[in-house]
Amino acid sequence: MNLDSKIPEGPLADKWDNHRFSSKLVNPANKRKYKVIVVGSGLAGGSAAATLGELGYNVDCFCYQDSPRRAHSIAAQGGINAAKNYQNDGDSIHRLFYDTVKGGDFRSREANVYRLAQVSTNIIDQCVAQGVPFAREYGGLLANRSFGGAQVSRTFYARGQTGQQLLLGAYSALSRQISAGQVKMHTRQEMLDIVVVDGHAKGIITRNLATGETKAWTADAVLLCTGGYGNVYYLSTNAIGCNVTATFRAYRRGAGFANPCFTQIHPTCIPVAGDHQSKLTLMSESLRNDGRVWVPKNAEDTGKNPNDIAEADRDYYLERKYPSFGNLAPRDISSRSAKEACDEGRGVGPGGRGVYLDFSDSITRLGESAIRERYGNLFQMYERITGENAYQRPMRIYPAIHYTMGGLWVDYNLMTTIPGCFALGEANFSDHGANRLGASALMQGLSDGYFVIPYTIGDYLAKSGAGAISPDSPEVKEVMESVRERVDQLVSSKGKRSSRSYHKELGQIMWEYAGMARNEKGLNKAIGQIQDLRDDFNKNLLVPGSGDNLNAELERAGRVRDFLDFGELLCRDALERNESCGGHFREEHQTEDGEAVRDDENFAHAAVWEFDGDGKTPDRHQEKLTYDNVKLAVRSYK
Amino acid sequence: MKLFLKVWRQDDRNDEGRFETHTLDNVSEDSSFLEMMDQLNEQLLEEGTEPVVFDHDCREGICGMCSLTINGLPHGTENSTTTCQLHMRKFEDGDTVTIEPFRAKAFPVVKDLVVDRSAFDSITQAGGFITVRTGSAPDGNALPVPKDDSDKAMDAAACIGCGACVASCKNASAMLFTSAKAGHLNMLPQGQAEKDKRVLAMVSAMDEAGFGNCRNYGECSAACPKDISLDYIAKLNRDHAKAKIKSIFA
Repeated sequence: MNLDSKIPEGPLADKWDNHRFSSKLVNPANKRKYKVIVVGSGLAGGSAAATLGELGYNVDCFCYQDSPRRAHSIAAQGGINAAKNYQNDGDSIHRLFYDTVKGGDFRSREANVYRLAQVSTNIIDQCVAQGVPFAREYGGLLANRSFGGAQVSRTFYARGQTGQQLLLGAYSALSRQISAGQVKMHTRQEMLDIVVVDGHAKGIITRNLATGETKAWTADAVLLCTGGYGNVYYLSTNAIGCNVTATFRAYRRGAGFANPCFTQIHPTCIPVAGDHQSKLTLMSESLRNDGRVWVPKNAEDTGKNPNDIAEADRDYYLERKYPSFGNLAPRDISSRSAKEACDEGRGVGPGGRGVYLDFSDSITRLGESAIRERYGNLFQMYERITGENAYQRPMRIYPAIHYTMGGLWVDYNLMTTIPGCFALGEANFSDHGANRLGASALMQGLSDGYFVIPYTIGDYLAKSGAGAISPDSPEVKEVMESVRERVDQLVSSKGKRSSRSYHKELGQIMWEYAGMARNEKGLNKAIGQIQDLRDDFNKNLLVPGSGDNLNAELERAGRVRDFLDFGELLCRDALERNESCGGHFREEHQTEDGEAVRDDENFAHAAVWEFDGDGKTPDRHQEKLTYDNVKLAVRSYK
Repeated sequence: MKLFLKVWRQDDRNDEGRFETHTLDNVSEDSSFLEMMDQLNEQLLEEGTEPVVFDHDCREGICGMCSLTINGLPHGTENSTTTCQLHMRKFEDGDTVTIEPFRAKAFPVVKDLVVDRSAFDSITQAGGFITVRTGSAPDGNALPVPKDDSDKAMDAAACIGCGACVASCKNASAMLFTSAKAGHLNMLPQGQAEKDKRVLAMVSAMDEAGFGNCRNYGECSAACPKDISLDYIAKLNRDHAKAKIKSIFA
């Protein structure tokens, strides 16, 4: 597997400029001869489709929802980072770059992260011009807030709905291109395979979820902007429909999958309430600006009303352990600390799996109305779900799977190991290393879509030349046939168990052995259990109805089938990465006080998995990560 | 708790459709309405019946995908709440619950409780945007926007495009949706250049899509899970009248 990252020559700050200059361009008059497929319409896909359409390419964009405006980017709450330094508090491109590399526990690619920090400022300008109603100060200028893992205030936000507003911005740009005829939008369509001809990505096969029709689409390049794989854990903050199928199918066709074990557990989610639970709801990290996290000092107090527990009997454990970052310690560290407190028997709420996030100090200091203005919609959401009023009683929170840093391996051009197949946003692996900082996902999705791919795709297209193959060519038909067989096989499964029950069981295995803490024994056990579960799935799955109309059970069965294979890959990656770093915490590698211990000598690399056929162990390759501009250090937030 | 469910079933757009009655036991009051629907579907699977199809995705009240009419009201009786955020603690043991799709001529049923809301996309495509080429934007702070204007734009932009406004209106009018999008952009200095063109195009796209006329009943705003105010409809009417007059004298 060729893992040439194609990092441009020159000093870090000049690499992107140099690269843009040396990249080939497609003549404006020739752009209309090229076809580009964009799968997914979230921040990465929506912004890419809109921008490529605007440049003159013919774009086909696909999403599984009924409208491109519903992609799960919409649920991001807290904000988007940018190195604007509007607060005059010492921010700079280099600082955002450094914070991101450090926050990722030194497992991301320097050149990519620097470019991300560079274009972050353009994103804000672009979104403001589109009419995104960012929060403003009374003077009319843009407001900022702080986020975890940073000591400057660089996060732009639109109340607690930043993702929604940025996505609606991208959706409006996309709508403009749809009405101009530059983008053709295909809703309720799920990509089920990618067509690779002579080593190059040339198209995709989709299933129309409303009619059941499978169809081939061909193009000169394919962009996968299909998000992350958090739903392999069943319970996560992802939307119910989020799945790994598009990226996993590309992996099966030759795209390397990098660092699947790098998953992010978000510290502030509403705890699990019971067996009926279908998803977990995030409470934005921005709440940690004004909320203080604590558990009772004594296990016997956990059943008490929190307001009756005296100040002296509370353990504000983040402030105690990390005095300089306090409640704004990065996500992985905050999550593990919550688990630790609950493991000690000091957790609160159902099953003792919760910690308090307390706003009473801020309410006393700033008044309830100030807190309401900042977080009103989050408090309301909390009330809807738990029936509790967080203005009067501390919130209960617990970590949950939220984001996945791993994804398809891409080079500096965002191209996977299949030439012509690109991966953008959460679907790729490159920018967040082993842990993503808050408010950086929106930044990366929009950076990839608005400002990176429009340049880098040109270089590929100019060199490969225009000429989409016919959807009737034998190579396409062969893939199409295999998709139809797979769907037919699923729909003829008339066993006893629903796909949901398999998904739930897979999630339990993943959370138990590949969740917040992992070890060799547990991971081996998980791999065995997943294999058994998959065998059972193949024998006893029940899919009702037929494949020629809307059949939600069939959709889920296909996604769960891929999650079963993917879960095993994730565990295998976690097993082989015999160190702790960021969100990947191997219990064998920790300091006396429970901090992660990295092994830079052996693991300062991205692990890239190559599919080797069903039933065979995939091959593990490495892209060595070199750090010329930052010093690898022990991450300290103390 | 135990519930008696009257659920709408319809094979496709052309099918007449019918209610089906099911009894569901052991529903947790902590579960959400959609988790109760999941439970119903698992039960139907065990009984060998095809599960009920309904739209849903984020299950945290923001994607706008869920679209059930519960006991006659879009998203149910709870104010400022989407179906996915409605929790079963709001129901009583032994309740009969009627579950239907969002009904409107412009939202044809796809199957069971799933409807086609692509008419909303066509309204946005007609003019729900500010024309700005990627990469050509001035500095974000180059143009100060008074906080009040920005806040009001945000109030309108909070619309999740679910269609409850249409489903609640006896005329199935899409004025609240259209006015929220137009109002958001028309309120900002960035949106001024295309304001007239925008309102004319969006309103005519709305009419073409088969939505009814607005008679100021106000049901839409009451049903809106994001509390979009009727003020935006008034504003759209004003902006539209001005644009129309200008177009006559131009």
